[in-house]
Amino acid sequence: MSKPNIQLDNNGRLKHFLTIDGLKREMLNEILDTAESFTGVSERVVKKVPLLRGKTICNLFFENSTRTRTTFEVAAKRLSADVLNLNVSTSSTTKGETLLDTLRNLEAMHVDMFVIRHSDSGAAHFFATHAAPHISVINAGDGQHAHPTQAMLDMFTIRRHKGEFTGLRVAIVGDILHSRVARSQILALNTLGTSEVRVIAPRTLLPPDPRTMGVHVFHDLEEGIKDVDVIIMLRLQKERMTGALLPSEHEYFQLYGLTEKRLKAAKPDAIVMHPGPINRGVEMDSQVADGPRSVILQQVSFGIAVRMAVMSMTMGTQAQGAAAR
Amino acid sequence: MSASTSIQILGGRLIDPANRIDQICNLYIHNGKILSVGDRPDNFTPQQTIDATGKIVCPGLVDLSVRLREPGDEHIATISSETSAAAKAGITTLCCPPDTDPVIDTPAVVTLILRRAKRAAKARLLPIGAMTQKLAGEHLSEMVALKRAGCVAMSNGYAPLSNTLVERRALEYAATFGIMAILRPEDRHLRNNGFAHEGPVSARLGLPGIPEAAESVAVARDLALAEHTGCRIHFHLLSSGTAARMIEQAQHQRLPVSANVAAHQLHLTEMDIEDFDSNCHLNPPLRSLADRDALRSALAKGVIGAICSDHQPLKDDAKEAPFPSTATGMSGLQTLLPLTLKLVDEGVLSLSEAIARITSGPADILELPYGRLNAGSSADICIFDPDQHWVLKKDEIPGAGHNTPFIGWEFQGKVTHTLFEGRIVFQSDSSTVA
Repeated sequence: MSKPNIQLDNNGRLKHFLTIDGLKREMLNEILDTAESFTGVSERVVKKVPLLRGKTICNLFFENSTRTRTTFEVAAKRLSADVLNLNVSTSSTTKGETLLDTLRNLEAMHVDMFVIRHSDSGAAHFFATHAAPHISVINAGDGQHAHPTQAMLDMFTIRRHKGEFTGLRVAIVGDILHSRVARSQILALNTLGTSEVRVIAPRTLLPPDPRTMGVHVFHDLEEGIKDVDVIIMLRLQKERMTGALLPSEHEYFQLYGLTEKRLKAAKPDAIVMHPGPINRGVEMDSQVADGPRSVILQQVSFGIAVRMAVMSMTMGTQAQGAAAR
Repeated sequence: MSASTSIQILGGRLIDPANRIDQICNLYIHNGKILSVGDRPDNFTPQQTIDATGKIVCPGLVDLSVRLREPGDEHIATISSETSAAAKAGITTLCCPPDTDPVIDTPAVVTLILRRAKRAAKARLLPIGAMTQKLAGEHLSEMVALKRAGCVAMSNGYAPLSNTLVERRALEYAATFGIMAILRPEDRHLRNNGFAHEGPVSARLGLPGIPEAAESVAVARDLALAEHTGCRIHFHLLSSGTAARMIEQAQHQRLPVSANVAAHQLHLTEMDIEDFDSNCHLNPPLRSLADRDALRSALAKGVIGAICSDHQPLKDDAKEAPFPSTATGMSGLQTLLPLTLKLVDEGVLSLSEAIARITSGPADILELPYGRLNAGSSADICIFDPDQHWVLKKDEIPGAGHNTPFIGWEFQGKVTHTLFEGRIVFQSDSSTVA
């Protein structure tokens, strides 16, 4: 009993962008190619294309975020859309309004697209299922489930530096269990044909059987990053220290912190990535974060192009997007 | 509908597992009781005749776990609405867990519930008392007073006792007075903030998991205390194969322990929550295919003696939110019989065994004389058409709640008549009474 993928319309085009799960390699490549066509826009004198003129995009953030919300806002504005930013954590839900009521009210304001971040896994699916048919929904992070635009900007960064995914060895280090970023990255890397995806963490930060996610499991950092092309460090949430998951930040850094010395185990041209914000001295040493292998700030710039790509594709305007090249 | 009504049920296939009867024969009812099975009594003049040709006549179903929402949440459902729904589902005896508001921890609440059930007069309601006051797990409730008021057992509801000393005392006290304890086994620390079975599906969906060990750790502890205290323990709503195997072993060692399972747990698995279907947000969670098969096997062996509906009526909006923010539970009365019959189709149980698990099985666990068609016993009867195919539709679900993962499922076997204490409390539109 395979249900139709709610992310796709009847013609197989991207309607919502909720998760990498269920999307084919061609679709991911189309997102990356479209993003490539948008990278030029940010370097122009007039940083705008008129693809989404007259459209209203609502950034609905139920969790605090600066970076993700800002890059979505910049992306929408460069596509000439009108942008509504709502920090719902501080408004209606604290007054007891249900999520469905919030959705209905915003629909009544004729919003064309929702970019949603919420602490519940499945929140973006819920929105996509209940929103009016003309509305597109983009998942900007739902609970521990998915953060597909982050994963795609990471794929974009990897492709820019490494070209093809086949033949690549990629290691993801840190809190895989609670990370929506890691889940989406693993799905995207595997869909794009990466030769080997590794996860490196203690067992308290891994799902019970990580191999079902299509990864090789390592508990030792140096062993895990040996000969890899890409190292993705995950952010360690401070609250993981209180839940009996880890003894201390100190011990975590001793075991899993990325230093210049440890980085030598990877390939000489390996790149180091991080979705940000970095805990310096916890996940990685400042020397690495600011060093020549680090592509962390490029990830942020590429994030805008990738979000422009996804927004224009889900609104059905990517054909004109290609023409705007 | 006076109590002195005489009814005859003719030509049906009578299945009464407790008495090992499975044959076409007539049933005669008088004064609320079964007068005779098979032979027409002398001087019997029926006021009503039910033609049960081609149908199965069995004891009214006994459901060990039905939430009625009354007292406390009458805006969701009432004793009247849910006992009517039970009648449509062929259920004539139902047990209500103690987590009402107020909690069933005083005789006054028991009396209130029994009085309202009597007024509704659609089914027999058997309240289960709280083992501890307010289900808080600290002070013992007045178990003897609750028993005298009409409680058939004591339970911890959905709030597992985290203090093992309190559990020990509660079981010792219950054992003193021959009271059975119904325990929902769960270690709340291992459950943590989980929403789904900890496995590949929860890992992929990013839903915090509830490990199987949350159940098996509690069962191990409860079994040790059953042995220590000698209290009769009934494990409520098993979800894992490991727990079922542990209980099987304890039964081999002659410990007085029994178990039930919810009907949906025998058909659905973690795979069904794909795409965050909040109708599959259940407690205990839907587990793996291996767990489902182990539960089916334990059911076939009789280790699990009863199937219940774990009926929990909800307002529609309780399920209209992202999965983790939705309420757990589903409306289960209308699918108790069809899901049990499906096990016969799928070769898990014989028809007689299947009917036993929803009639005499649960009645025997409670040591009550229901769920059987002895002459002289209460005329609680379910008649169903075993050949009728039907599809569950949301707007046709009886009762106040309409949330179930089974909408759109095709079933075979539908209730045509329900008799409670010798009165017809339900008959389908297509059926006839002469």
